[in-house]
Amino acid sequence: MKIHEYQALALLSEYEIPNSGGLPADTPEQAYQAALELGGTSWVVKAQIYAGGRGKAGGVKFAASPQEAKNCAEQILGMRIVNKQTGPQGRLVRKVLVTNGLKIAKEYYLSMVLDSANAKIMILASAEGGSEIEEIAALNPEKIFKIHIDPMIGLRPYHLKELEGKLGITDKQQISDFAVIVRGIYRIFVEKDCSLLEINPLVLTAAGRMMVLDIKMSFDGNALFRHPEIAALRDLNEEDPKETEAAKYKLNYIPLEGNIGCMVNGAGLAMATMDIIKAYGAEPANFLDVGGGTSAEKVAGALRILLSDPNIKGILINIFGGIVRCDVLAQGICEAARQVKITVPIVVRLAGTNADEGKRILNESGLSLIAADNLGSAVEKIVWQVQGGSVQ
Amino acid sequence: MSIYANKATKIIVQGITGEHGAFHTRQMLNYGSKVVGGVTPGKGGQTACGLPVYNTVASAVKDTGANASVIYVPPAFAADAIYEAADAGLELVVCITEGIPIMEMLCVSQYLKGKNTRLIGPNCPGIIVPDECKIGIMPGFIHKKGHIGVVSRSGTLTYEAVAQLTELGIGQSTAIGIGGDPVKGTGFIDTLQAFEDDPDTYAVMMIGEIGGNGEEEAAEWVKNNMTKPVTAFIAGKSAPPGRRMGHAGAIISGKSGQGGAAQKIEALESCGINVAPTPDKIGQELVKAIKKAGIYEACLTV
Repeated sequence: MKIHEYQALALLSEYEIPNSGGLPADTPEQAYQAALELGGTSWVVKAQIYAGGRGKAGGVKFAASPQEAKNCAEQILGMRIVNKQTGPQGRLVRKVLVTNGLKIAKEYYLSMVLDSANAKIMILASAEGGSEIEEIAALNPEKIFKIHIDPMIGLRPYHLKELEGKLGITDKQQISDFAVIVRGIYRIFVEKDCSLLEINPLVLTAAGRMMVLDIKMSFDGNALFRHPEIAALRDLNEEDPKETEAAKYKLNYIPLEGNIGCMVNGAGLAMATMDIIKAYGAEPANFLDVGGGTSAEKVAGALRILLSDPNIKGILINIFGGIVRCDVLAQGICEAARQVKITVPIVVRLAGTNADEGKRILNESGLSLIAADNLGSAVEKIVWQVQGGSVQ
Repeated sequence: MSIYANKATKIIVQGITGEHGAFHTRQMLNYGSKVVGGVTPGKGGQTACGLPVYNTVASAVKDTGANASVIYVPPAFAADAIYEAADAGLELVVCITEGIPIMEMLCVSQYLKGKNTRLIGPNCPGIIVPDECKIGIMPGFIHKKGHIGVVSRSGTLTYEAVAQLTELGIGQSTAIGIGGDPVKGTGFIDTLQAFEDDPDTYAVMMIGEIGGNGEEEAAEWVKNNMTKPVTAFIAGKSAPPGRRMGHAGAIISGKSGQGGAAQKIEALESCGINVAPTPDKIGQELVKAIKKAGIYEACLTV
């Protein structure tokens, strides 16, 4: 789960990590008030969306007066930022962050990630931070330093010494600031179960102090149960409403661009089902894993989400019953079909536990469902339906 | 023979009094697995599924002589259950639980280094030795005793592959789901090594998916160490980058595209591993490989 920059900066302040602070604003007027309240002589107005590359897209503007800050906010709010990170639909800006302008002497890059392969926490750092970091990573990877920390011993002074040395930080004050920052973010990373914490840039100000200017944070979804304060930061505006609806039923759902909806049990089989739709010359409209404990309510919820997508011209239900019994699932489909009007052809493939019983229930239901015995024929049938065939 | 488990494996169930724990304990007993007891803190002295319940793993081991456990406890307590099982000296711990915080798994993984305990999972269907022992949640009836080793990061996709093999008359020596989490116990290479060493396994079916680089490392390992034919399938060719595809570990890096299916398939093929083009051809692809190796008849277990 991601959070906004202004929320992440507030979290840094809670841990007493020096950062550029600022105040969020939903309207140009609020941006004006924020600039007044912050004081100073220059301000930065930054779009708050769950993606980077904002500066290049015009989502970060500089202001020399509160009135200018208001004007900047007017331009940024309501803007749709489209870049590699946002995807083709882009992201609508609904909030800005107003911060004080800063004179910057140098920009660093500092991030923490989970290194799954080594079961460690990895720190990445570079003395060449800023908006070109991805190019540096691609062209001069030797300029990005990596340190691996065993979570059983945690961040140690020798780790800090190594980082300072590699980044060329020698000033006493800066070493002290740097230590506060790295120790602080390590604490946040571990205590709040982060999956990614990326500071870019970490700046050295003209006044000789180090602070965090911009930060991205995401959290391990598996650990949100123990951080209700983080879960509460979720911004539903940044999610597809269909995803929000799916989350209510505990469905793993990801909308895609195609026109064949799929409903599958198990993540691996759900991915494989998407793949085979593509291999048969069609495009999947989504990833949807209904999971293990599938109830009629869950199946109905999943069907409703798929049917609400105007792009979907046909649905493939592919279930391999293990724990999930096919008869229970078939009853779920029947119940769902009574609650939701079925407007597109649906191919159902049931295999595994009680598959025959499940097929009998579907056959006797009077619903116009198309049955398939195996994965290959199921996909053939739905692709045929969607690409202009008639009921076989 | 088989790997990691067999009909002599004595199993205790951690979380036996829970809904899932009780359900799957009965299923395992029906399959013929030697389940000898269960553990639920605070319920020691009771019985569940006709088996004695203990407060701790250590006391269960002392009383029953168990050498393996299977964990069905909720995610918040699952890491603790693994530590407890390891400290009680169990050789095999199968963790079914999905949703353990990754930070917990980093520490579990470090703690298990150098210990005698083999962890399978978490977030996995478990391990089955057809006709001998099932430790996990897979539907037993789709399996058939035979000579193919199956290793997979997925649950239901493994059932799909196993069912195809069985349909083609190709039985399995052992089928293991290593789990969909990014930080896990047993990996592909551990399992491939065990299959290579197992005289009853003649060929291997390996099912991977997007995310991480376990498949690439396994491919390299196969090239350098494996004498038995390996066939693979990789799920997620059509997955978009930057999105977690259900499994916590199934994600293609949004920035670098690292962990994508194409590079995994390329790595596998360049190391001489057959890769099934679509998930409905997994069984057929393996048959091709064993025919080419001249062991089709030996693998046929109709």
